[in-house]
Amino acid sequence: MAHSAPSVDFRTRLQEWIPKLVLSPSLAAMLIFVYGFIAFTIYLSFTDSKMLPSYDWVGFENFAKLWNLSAWWVAVVNLMIFASLYIIICTVIGLTLAILLDQKIRGEGVLRPIYLYPMALSFIVTGTAWKWIMDPGIGIENSMHLWGWTSFQFNWIKDRDMAIYTVVIAAVWQTSGFVMAMFLAGLRGIDNEILKAAQIDGASNFSLYRRIVIPLLRPAFLSAFVILAHLAVKSYDLIIALTGGGPGRATELPATFMYSYTFTRNSMGIGAASAVIMLMTIAAIMTPYLYAELKEKS
Amino acid sequence: MAAVEQDTAVRTGGLTRIFIYGILLIFMLFYMMPLFVMVANSLKPLPEITGGNMMALPQVWTLEPWRQAWSAAQIGVEPTGLKPYFLNSILMVVPAVLISTILGALNGYVLTKWSFRGDKIIFGLLLFSCFIPFQIVLIPMATVLGKIGLAGSIPGLVLVHVVYGIGFSTLYFRNYYSSFPTELVRAAMIDGAGFFRIFWRIMLPVSGPIIVVTVIWQFTNIWNDFLFGASFGGQSQPMTVALNNLVQSSTGVKEYNVHFAGAILAALPTLIVYIVAGRFFVRGLMAGSVKG
Repeated sequence: MAHSAPSVDFRTRLQEWIPKLVLSPSLAAMLIFVYGFIAFTIYLSFTDSKMLPSYDWVGFENFAKLWNLSAWWVAVVNLMIFASLYIIICTVIGLTLAILLDQKIRGEGVLRPIYLYPMALSFIVTGTAWKWIMDPGIGIENSMHLWGWTSFQFNWIKDRDMAIYTVVIAAVWQTSGFVMAMFLAGLRGIDNEILKAAQIDGASNFSLYRRIVIPLLRPAFLSAFVILAHLAVKSYDLIIALTGGGPGRATELPATFMYSYTFTRNSMGIGAASAVIMLMTIAAIMTPYLYAELKEKS
Repeated sequence: MAAVEQDTAVRTGGLTRIFIYGILLIFMLFYMMPLFVMVANSLKPLPEITGGNMMALPQVWTLEPWRQAWSAAQIGVEPTGLKPYFLNSILMVVPAVLISTILGALNGYVLTKWSFRGDKIIFGLLLFSCFIPFQIVLIPMATVLGKIGLAGSIPGLVLVHVVYGIGFSTLYFRNYYSSFPTELVRAAMIDGAGFFRIFWRIMLPVSGPIIVVTVIWQFTNIWNDFLFGASFGGQSQPMTVALNNLVQSSTGVKEYNVHFAGAILAALPTLIVYIVAGRFFVRGLMAGSVKG
């Protein structure tokens, strides 16, 4: 069969292979730089690597050491405080603004982009701005004093117990507008007929939202939670710019812990172990969500 | 989002409306305040900040902090200002955005129109790679960049950003192309058009919006990146790292006005993109979160 036209046969076979050839560089890059590197870091977390990678197996020693380090516990507790407040406040503000903006507001076209623009900025810019705004010497505290409210105090950023909340403030400022946009898209997707029917039944505005609208926003809640949770775990830049992990190590998070143990304290094995725990946390949040999203589409 | 605007069935009375506008305005002030502080204080001489009110407009207007931040401020050990780092960022962002977008378009095209056994798994792996905490790849990346001689260089940063940008760019193009009628591609195949001809003649001409979304997303992310720049930038640090060095430097008087000017300079490119093409920016954000 193929005797008569070997060139045609070759061409069709090439055509079959082209898509895979085109995909292969990206596939190779992903397998090496993402999954290969993940495997390598997991491997390092079981070795006694210090300043440079070492290949001497030590079992779970790094993980045991890690969970005995007070610095790691500080980072983990900080992450729990930060993540829960960050997620809750962003969701509350985002939902409130979305519902309010959805009331035929004049000037919505102006307000929406203003709520959202912080999302376009780098966390380093956000951190720099808020670092000086919350600085008691030149920032809000000073302004309030100059305006006559002399007993006003806002020195959280210098206070070991309160500094982590300044991170929450800056992070909420940056992302709550984005959460608003997600909820607003969800609200605009709700069929008005459902709402009108409920109104005819005499439901008040409040119960309309509580009983019908908010339950219908479930997918938006889920997406907001997943996105915010994964941003919280990855938070690094904002800490560096805003507090540098301080005062002392009062605002260290797992991401800053990993960096300093790996690259400045020469404990690469422990750094790798902390990175593995971060990955596992993110995987626990993202995998079910991504799996569901993929299944739904196909 | 603008396309889906519609009225709600909910009706609100006069007093409630005043209350609603009040809250919306308070939040507007909350979001605007840091930008106002940055701009106002970048135009003041330093004594007006240290001895005055941060929330006030300048009494003496000056562009000197901007000049300082751009070309004279001490960054690390050199008094170069942010200019060379701004150029580093541009040299890094342009190729990284172009390459990751082109690869994303081709990948999305293959995964939707030339599907084969196992393509779902490949896409799943790519999708997950979008969300990994980059701490998990920092150590091997540092080792590999050192071995191939790209550590501390712009090409090294381009490589890193392309590699970790492919996931999102593929995701965008895949979702966009999956709603494009496959029958058209089949028909072209029967007419004898090959892989690249179909891509060039049929897919690319309809890809305008998704190219804009992807370019904006990649540009914003790569320009704003700090972790990779700080880890692998070496002598070629990007703008974000330089800004952080400027602000955190512990020597001498803290020149807040220069810091604010520097922060605006670092924010300007992405802010301009947001102002010019906000619609596409929002679409990218949403597509990156709610994959619909």
